[in-house]
Amino acid sequence: MAKKERVLVLGNQACVEGAIYAGMRFYAGYPITPSTEVAEGCARELPKIGGRFIQMEDEIGSIAAVIGASVAGLKSMTATSGPGYSLMVENIGYAYMTETPCVIVNVQRGGPSTGLPTKVSQSDTMQAQWGPHGDYTAITVAPSTILETVTETIRAFNLAERFRTPVTVLLDEVMGHSRQIISLPEPGEIEIFNRVKPTVSPEEYLPFEITENYVTPMPAYGEGYRYVITGLTHDQKGFTTNKPEEIAPKLHKLRHKIIDYKDEITKLRAEMMDDAEIAFISYGSVSRAALQATDIARKVGVKVGCLQLQTIWPFPDKEIAEICGGCRKVIVGELNMGQIVNYVRSALPGDIEVVPLQRYDGEILTPMQLIEKLEEVL
Amino acid sequence: MANKLLDKVEIPQDRYEMRFSGSGGQGMILATVMLAEAIGATDDRNVVQSQSYGPEARGGASKSDVVISANEIFYPKAMQLDFLLVMTQESMDKYYSDLKEGGILVVDTTLVTDIPTDNYYGLPFTRLAREEAGHIMVANVIALAAIAEITGIISKDALTAAVLKRAPKGTEEKNKKAIEIGFAEAAKLKKQKGS
Repeated sequence: MAKKERVLVLGNQACVEGAIYAGMRFYAGYPITPSTEVAEGCARELPKIGGRFIQMEDEIGSIAAVIGASVAGLKSMTATSGPGYSLMVENIGYAYMTETPCVIVNVQRGGPSTGLPTKVSQSDTMQAQWGPHGDYTAITVAPSTILETVTETIRAFNLAERFRTPVTVLLDEVMGHSRQIISLPEPGEIEIFNRVKPTVSPEEYLPFEITENYVTPMPAYGEGYRYVITGLTHDQKGFTTNKPEEIAPKLHKLRHKIIDYKDEITKLRAEMMDDAEIAFISYGSVSRAALQATDIARKVGVKVGCLQLQTIWPFPDKEIAEICGGCRKVIVGELNMGQIVNYVRSALPGDIEVVPLQRYDGEILTPMQLIEKLEEVL
Repeated sequence: MANKLLDKVEIPQDRYEMRFSGSGGQGMILATVMLAEAIGATDDRNVVQSQSYGPEARGGASKSDVVISANEIFYPKAMQLDFLLVMTQESMDKYYSDLKEGGILVVDTTLVTDIPTDNYYGLPFTRLAREEAGHIMVANVIALAAIAEITGIISKDALTAAVLKRAPKGTEEKNKKAIEIGFAEAAKLKKQKGS
């Protein structure tokens, strides 16, 4: 086999590479640091492959265009950072309700408000699940290396198409703005999932039919299937409903199409966990510090392991309990004031101590800070 | 008991950690991208580059780290510098303490006057760019070439190819000249230092 080409890839560009590999052909966005290179990459690459790039008037318009393009049949994406995500939230809720597949990339910076444009943070972790109001179950993936940014973006598209739902790719400033020499996946190397299309005639088609796995086949607008899309709670035909016997099944569908198939969504990377007495639990760029700290501490005989959450939402509670079951303590490292630490706490039995390690000064946790915390709890 | 573990642990020696630091607009980030690409194009070493800068388009502190290793690179930023380039007094004051004992310090002596050690390589990159290469813009490339000569981290051919790949159209000749100047001045300096 020919040796793969090695290229230096910026995190944000890796996201573009993954999206195009997955079949993205529409991007609408409004540039914002530290996500701008995602828009730049899409503007450069999409026209070459017959795709469309639109710079919209703002983030509200961007996500609206993304939803529209997806309904019209294209795999669609937008990228932003915290302030832009906040503007998108209303329409992201619309995408949950209308079950429109799309990918939203949030390259996190410090907040709240315009916060710290060029500084790293993980303080939008909860927003990725709880941004819009209402009952729904979000899917969020979080890579920690440049190659993973490619593969997790592909996975985000696959999950969006499989479950007919928005999926958030949670990056952070360090992820978006660091580069690494990698070899990109070859065509065919990673499986691509495309949304299931209806096999029934347009007359028989129910656009929000509650199927066996809750996911309804989705035609593209213009293919002859005419139906209503509304953010109001709707019946299986898509028409607004106020009937309790139709409201509950719709909400049940939104939740159970995801939660009942969590095994297809959950992904974790466990390193040196087999005999670990203490575990670092983290996601995103912090996992790189945690892996380094684990490597360093193992060399002097400390039985420590590293667990990276590549899926953050739905929260992988069962898997964390399984992998960390033999630990005495876990250290949860985050670049915020504690957004997953209580989820970890409720996932684990009471005799495993959960120790938070939080940094929120615009800098990444260092391996030595993790080792200091390890020292404290040994 | 205090700091028992911290006293024992060692920063892995298989990482060669470099930092280029200066102010926004001096091309520190671009220089590290060129270096990382040059290494990626020529051999199998792993390279990670990361950056840190302020919200300003120009001015403000700017630094960029490059970590090079034969093994997988976990943490993307430098932990203990093997190499430090400083292009402003502010970055000298801020980052000198991150350089490990025996690490290589390269200084732009046009802009940095207060240097806390005698053990460094000093060249007036900004002045050389303005007076010899024809544009202040190529100070970063002169520095990069000098660094290649001083550390031997990358060959002249590989560096030239990487610089020309990233250099804006119309600046190729100035950049080639900058590379020549950087290698020649650093070679002279090495000779003077007797290394």
